[in-house]
Amino acid sequence: MENLQEKLLSSFIVFENEYLSEVDSPLHEIRREALKRFENQGFPTKRDEEWKYTNLKPILKNDFRLLPKSDDDIEFKDVKRFFLNDVDSYKLVFINGVFSSWLSETTHQNWDVCTFGAALKKYRNVLDEYFSEATPKNHPLVDINTAFSKEGAFIRIPKNKVVDKPIQMIFLNTNSASEIMVQPRNLIVVEEGAQVEIVERHQNLTDNAVFTNSVTEIFAKANSVVDLYKIQNDNASATLIDNTFVQQKRDSTVTVGTFSFGGKLIRNNLNFYLTEPNCVANMDGITLIDGNQLVDHHTLADHQAPHCNSNELYKGIFDEKSHGVFNGKVIVHKDAQKTDAFQANNNVLLSDSAQIDTKPQLEIFADDVKCSHGCTVGQLDEDAMFYLQSRGINKKEARAMLMYAFTNDSLERVKISSLKRKLNILIAKKLGVDLDFEL
Amino acid sequence: MLKVKNIHAGIEGNEILKGINLEVKPGEVHAIMGPNGSGKSTLSSVIAGREEYEVSEGEMEFLGKDLADLDPAERAQLGIFLSFQYPIEIPGVSVSNFIKTSINEMRKARGEEPMEAKDLLKMMREKMALLEMDKGFLSRSLNEGFSGGEKKRNEIFQMAMLEPKLAILDETDSGLDIDALRIVANGVNKLKNKDNAIVVITHYQRLLDYIVPDYVHVLYKGKIVKSGDKTLALELEDKGYDWIKKEMETV
Repeated sequence: MENLQEKLLSSFIVFENEYLSEVDSPLHEIRREALKRFENQGFPTKRDEEWKYTNLKPILKNDFRLLPKSDDDIEFKDVKRFFLNDVDSYKLVFINGVFSSWLSETTHQNWDVCTFGAALKKYRNVLDEYFSEATPKNHPLVDINTAFSKEGAFIRIPKNKVVDKPIQMIFLNTNSASEIMVQPRNLIVVEEGAQVEIVERHQNLTDNAVFTNSVTEIFAKANSVVDLYKIQNDNASATLIDNTFVQQKRDSTVTVGTFSFGGKLIRNNLNFYLTEPNCVANMDGITLIDGNQLVDHHTLADHQAPHCNSNELYKGIFDEKSHGVFNGKVIVHKDAQKTDAFQANNNVLLSDSAQIDTKPQLEIFADDVKCSHGCTVGQLDEDAMFYLQSRGINKKEARAMLMYAFTNDSLERVKISSLKRKLNILIAKKLGVDLDFEL
Repeated sequence: MLKVKNIHAGIEGNEILKGINLEVKPGEVHAIMGPNGSGKSTLSSVIAGREEYEVSEGEMEFLGKDLADLDPAERAQLGIFLSFQYPIEIPGVSVSNFIKTSINEMRKARGEEPMEAKDLLKMMREKMALLEMDKGFLSRSLNEGFSGGEKKRNEIFQMAMLEPKLAILDETDSGLDIDALRIVANGVNKLKNKDNAIVVITHYQRLLDYIVPDYVHVLYKGKIVKSGDKTLALELEDKGYDWIKKEMETV
């Protein structure tokens, strides 16, 4: 059997011939260069410092189909539970990486909520300006996504427009015939003074292995506000490498919330580039896993300009043999005076076999900055357990209340109330209780 | 209501309670007094079912049920309430959510439906007025940043909401100024009736001026060494615990 790397390299010609309408553009040149870099580097191994705790090797052994077909048999009622339903929204739904117009609700009125594929034809000038501008170029997984980029979400909000309802990007995988690899490519451009809220979810509907290697580029122009919430609650055959890169201009505020409750392996590479003064970058995360699951957060707050503020608040609860990784890198460049960077990663281990590797990484080259970071690892507080139980709250519920309370402040920045409700329900469900944490 | 027979209990192999006998009937108020380290708080924890304490001998019965196999939640569901000497701070859990969960979990255990939100809120308002607490209190994180007096008032507020059959007040008076003490004692007295009982655990006689006991027991070195009526508390106040200690040593 060919290994995945060889398979990707040899499939590229098929991809060019069968899936692309033109191959002699500057944009396609970016794909070709990315492929070349991938060819030279290959997949990361545990010898790479950045991949020390997360081993891709067992996943790469699967015989993935690289360019899967869509599935027309899906009906909304079968997948309804993966959507936010009690709020009106735009929907971009992809099945096995292919856009499903049937399940989607797009628009070109006031703003563009459509697909990367459509933008390749319709908005080539926008793609030429932004495509691959925010991605690092030393990153094999990003490179392989770039090389095969053809479909995903395309969202563009013009100047001073406030999008009236949230946008849901839902990636469903239904391929029952084989194991598949999908590589969504999302581009989000939010112009000056514009605002948007986006929810993202990847869901495997079969027991076959799915390897999602997703890249999202966000360009937040001056004074814009962007909220992106990721619900990661997939089944045990799903692997997700989520690569999200945010480029911020002055006075913009971008919040990315990553809520991870399930999946075989999830790696979040989340990079913020604060390129102009007075940006605010918020990164929130809740990880609540068990079994043999692994969730790895690699974050970067790259402070290139003065007076910017980054806030990272990641909470993790690990049961059974689950494994958490947090690596939070903060770079404060020489000119980035008056930077205020905050980073916290707090964890609770519920079993002796659960594991967390947490590492803050600060590189500070400016002298007038405020940087604070803290990592904690603890157990559940026995005194608090007794207190709750002595009020008639059974052990399981008392435990759930304490865990919810522990994660609670990472939900504070969630603005969509129906999403907050959904997350509360997911957390309660994950903790095996029927409790309403709100009053 | 509560029958404690020859209880021996301890923690990590150290025996603290060395044969306690106590019977509490509906409508009664008992005070348990004693010097520091005599086992007062251990006794309250053991009755409430704290798992760190091992009961090595004896038995406890509440409303005819053996407590040995019941965990703290099950005991609370039967009607035992412990007002903590040091209430625990739980950031992220609001007072209102805590009480709502507590009440509804108790109802669930009895096979009842959850309480309607508006009824619950109405009840909270009434009980808060009883304890002279302001409304903002409900949305605060449980005990977080509360003053000593607020914490104790919050305990009695929970007691008022849960309407237990047996309330054990563990050093509810310590650290309170006289005004706070009066409010708390007043609240407790209003909750008292012929069907419930109160066990007041205290180091000081002061509280017993407000919550008048029917029986006073003196706990010393893990045993109840003296029992009497309220005059015993006054005698203790007058003579101090050294009197008991001396008496014990001569025995």
